[in-house]
Amino acid sequence: MKSPDKHSSSGPDRWLDEHGDYLFRFALTRVRNESTAEDLVQETLLAALSALHQRSGQSSERTWLTGILKHKIVDHFRRSWREQPLEDDPPTGLADEPGMDEFFAEDGHWDHKPASWGNPFRSLEQSQFFDVLQNCMQRLSPKLAQLFVLKELHDMSNEEICKELGVSPTNVWVMLYRARMNLRQCLESKWFENDREAL
Amino acid sequence: MLTCKEASRLLSQSMDHALPRMKRLELRIHVWLCSACSNFEKQLLFLKRAARQLDERDSQTDQARLSSEARERIRKAVGK
Ligand SMILES: [Zn+2]
Repeated sequence: MKSPDKHSSSGPDRWLDEHGDYLFRFALTRVRNESTAEDLVQETLLAALSALHQRSGQSSERTWLTGILKHKIVDHFRRSWREQPLEDDPPTGLADEPGMDEFFAEDGHWDHKPASWGNPFRSLEQSQFFDVLQNCMQRLSPKLAQLFVLKELHDMSNEEICKELGVSPTNVWVMLYRARMNLRQCLESKWFENDREAL
Repeated sequence: MLTCKEASRLLSQSMDHALPRMKRLELRIHVWLCSACSNFEKQLLFLKRAARQLDERDSQTDQARLSSEARERIRKAVGK
């Protein structure tokens, strides 16, 4: 496995060659399209260039650049958050509004009961699994996907997410809930059902 | 007793922060008795772990790369 810390000393003129593809993939895992990911790499390198004098030698160059890219991704989400259509917004969060109930029957029972996935952790050794996961993330509405990324890939707390995106705490949990419900359903039908048949 | 709908919401919330003690207790009882919600909880934990590994997957496979056009464009913009 490649360790990011292997690349520790190169100048700005080498950044693109040494870290460009890495940063591009990092961005592409989080945003939906290639040209956005390319733009984010560019913004990152420009920001890095102007912040070069403030850089302390504590972390590797790649870690440092990745940290800048993470901020650029959050900025991008914040911008697109404001531009996205209202229909994407969740209900105001009161428990029984539409969008929250699509997974349950009226008596509160599951519409599709979550099945046992056996030992799902074996799937983490298969690269095809991650393609399916990415694909399922892409099927989420943009806002749900962005929240999921901030939560699970950037490891931000709900409070941090509220602050960064200007969303209410209720909306954050409702949307995370919907993202997870959709992802679980998608993984179950696109991966684990087939997986079980193959066993 | 919680319904599955309520339990599923609490389970999702419990991924992000600790629940009040009574809620936690109610939830444990429900999950203990309900295989669907117990599966759901395991799936949420798995999802968290899988999402974290997306980047490792990326650095191992060398699929996506900057196109040469994008690379040139960025090189010019950054001025190096
Ligand atoms: Zn249940």
